[in-house]
Amino acid sequence: MSESHNDAFVAFDRVQKSYDGVSLVVKDLNLNIAKGEFLTMLGPSGSGKTTCLMMLAGFETATNGEIRLDGTNINMVPPHKRGIGMVFQNYALFPHMTVGENLSFPLEVRGMGKSDREAKVARALDMVQMGAFANRRPAQLSGGQQQRIALARALVFDPKLVLMDEPLGALDKQLREHMQFEIKHLHESLGITVVYVTHDQGEALTMSDRIAVFNDGRIQQLAPPADLYERPDNSFVAGFIGENNKLPGTLEELSGDKALVRLATGELIDATPVNVTQKGQQTLVSIRPERVEFKTGMMPPGAHMIGAEVLEVIYMGDILRTRLRVAGSDDFVMKCRNTQGQTRLSPGEQIKVGWHPQDARALDPI
Amino acid sequence: MADMSAPAGGLLTTSDGRPLKSALATAQKRAKRRAFLLVLPLLAFIVITFIVPIGQLMHQAIYNDGFSANMPRMTAWFAETPPGTEPDDAAWEALALDLKDAAAARSVGVVGTRVNYEMSGTRSLFTSTARGAARFEPPYRDALLAADEKWADPNLWGTMRQVSDAYSANFFLAAIDMTRDVNGKIVPMPEERQIYVSLFVKTFLLAGLITFTCFLLGFPIAHLLATLPMKWSNLLMILVLLPFWTSLLVRTTSWMVLLQQQGVVNNTMVALGIISEDGRIQMIYNQMGTIIAMTHILLPFMILPLYSVMRPIPPSYVRAARSLGATSWTAFRRVYLPQTLPGVGAGSLLVFILAVGYYITPALVGGASGQLISNLIAFHMQSSLNWSLASALAALLLGAVLVLYWIYDRLVGIDNLKLG
Repeated sequence: MSESHNDAFVAFDRVQKSYDGVSLVVKDLNLNIAKGEFLTMLGPSGSGKTTCLMMLAGFETATNGEIRLDGTNINMVPPHKRGIGMVFQNYALFPHMTVGENLSFPLEVRGMGKSDREAKVARALDMVQMGAFANRRPAQLSGGQQQRIALARALVFDPKLVLMDEPLGALDKQLREHMQFEIKHLHESLGITVVYVTHDQGEALTMSDRIAVFNDGRIQQLAPPADLYERPDNSFVAGFIGENNKLPGTLEELSGDKALVRLATGELIDATPVNVTQKGQQTLVSIRPERVEFKTGMMPPGAHMIGAEVLEVIYMGDILRTRLRVAGSDDFVMKCRNTQGQTRLSPGEQIKVGWHPQDARALDPI
Repeated sequence: MADMSAPAGGLLTTSDGRPLKSALATAQKRAKRRAFLLVLPLLAFIVITFIVPIGQLMHQAIYNDGFSANMPRMTAWFAETPPGTEPDDAAWEALALDLKDAAAARSVGVVGTRVNYEMSGTRSLFTSTARGAARFEPPYRDALLAADEKWADPNLWGTMRQVSDAYSANFFLAAIDMTRDVNGKIVPMPEERQIYVSLFVKTFLLAGLITFTCFLLGFPIAHLLATLPMKWSNLLMILVLLPFWTSLLVRTTSWMVLLQQQGVVNNTMVALGIISEDGRIQMIYNQMGTIIAMTHILLPFMILPLYSVMRPIPPSYVRAARSLGATSWTAFRRVYLPQTLPGVGAGSLLVFILAVGYYITPALVGGASGQLISNLIAFHMQSSLNWSLASALAALLLGAVLVLYWIYDRLVGIDNLKLG
């Protein structure tokens, strides 16, 4: 075992997975998860994130590589001996048992005595504020209540690791946001390790310590939420997390952490080089809509600004979403905060836009 | 809320003042009438071809006018005199004249058969006496006794008194191996003639056994059907349904080819040296044949309800149980199996009820020991022509099935049934 794995609670070591022997669903996955961490696997459907979770839970076997839990290889350990709590997408509460029986089930199969069981079940139900519902059937509960019960059931036998497979997918927006905080608080108060799978980037950003962005069977970037959002490593991550303007161009100058990119229409813009290495290279510059400025006073001295035409202004309450024509493309978006005294732009107006060089990231072209 | 009519005295009214309930009824009348007209053809069909014949059958079980319709004078005399009365001159006259009329109307056989049901060996007494009835002269007592001494038998007169009432529970008694003695007391049949109760018991035991084997064989298949990828499960489904598309006779006959003593299975086993030439196993024309063939025929009725219940059970339930620490066996027993119970109940009830009333397969492959109660009902319908006894047996079978259905409802609940 190499040095770096010693402090990892969960470790994927060169894990590969194939279902048909022809193509790989998970390609060379290396991932270490620390004890007490909240790690989210984020990605579009078919990116391999759920497969990774299922391999960790023991419902799928890794075709190659090793999965370690607390230092021991668990490749051949059957799911019921892994001691991992799991919350399923559709809760998977046993419909023929009451809430109390559902929670009691994991304790019963562990041979725990009746009085201990009752005490633990009551404690777990109180933890999710569902103490009064022990005698109900799952079908009598609302989606949010079922979600809480599923959570309590996954936690009742004190697992060190809890896996969650898109647990909030079936809830409405308001309840989902509420549950996000509740899960986050449970994680903090219990000190458990959570591996969370979702395709909802907002959910991932809100809850996680670190996010692993999956695409095409690989981790594209593994970073804390703020890094992921502000400093995406490649075009996929930039495009997948949040809204994002993309300007294709050629690298004109490259010096240290500064780059000058010439767009197809001839304008020059500033950017921070991320995964470009040499002059003349094709690149895709990514800028967040809320980092675009149109007031010259806000720009650092010497920064380049380029001409833009206002196409549309959508009033969204807290922000004004302005669509611009920039460098020949019609879908450049600028978000202006709706503050007192904010300049109101109108369609057809000609303006100049720019940004701080560190907010524009020159990435690999897609 | 000005436009909302206030509930005066708790009764809601519409905006123009009509009571809400009657307004609703009017609004729905058309739809209700149309729905009724749509089901009317089927309702009529069921009433004519199902309810009415079953009603007639039930009636037949307690009503037989073979004696009373053809012996009016005797029937009248029995009605006037109390039970146990010695036959007087009026009685002998009534008997002689009735026999004469019955002989002329060629209905004396019916009368003899009716009496014969209750007292065997009497049919020929009636027919032979009736042949000379045209020449009977008073005193009729001597004339009749001259024709046959047996007319003096008080048991015969007791029996005739019993059958003179067209309504009788005697067929039901016969169906449960009971009979009445001369005094009308209910007593068990002589031991050598008790066949129906043991046959009922055997029928229910065999049906239960067939249901159980269907469950054992059908459960894994249904599970496979529900979990295989669509491409394979469709193919398997065709195999399951294949028996439905083959004639019952063809299927039964192929079992004969396979299972008879000189058949494929025995030949193969002899060839492989598993059994010796003399040790060929009798697998058909006995109970075993009935069980094998009926299990095969009724298997789809078990598989389909099971499949329809298993299909929507998501694999995440068993996975959840496994992740919570259950072994695969515990997960199956505690989580999967209980969720399939509605299908198990529906399939078992369906197979059991079909098996209890099955007729053609036991008749073809059952031999002597594999006959069920329905074969005996068929015998009484077709050969012995004792329709009343056949009806009584059928009514008992129907009653027993309904009782089982009721018990099932009490134990499991009929709402838990899922047929598809």
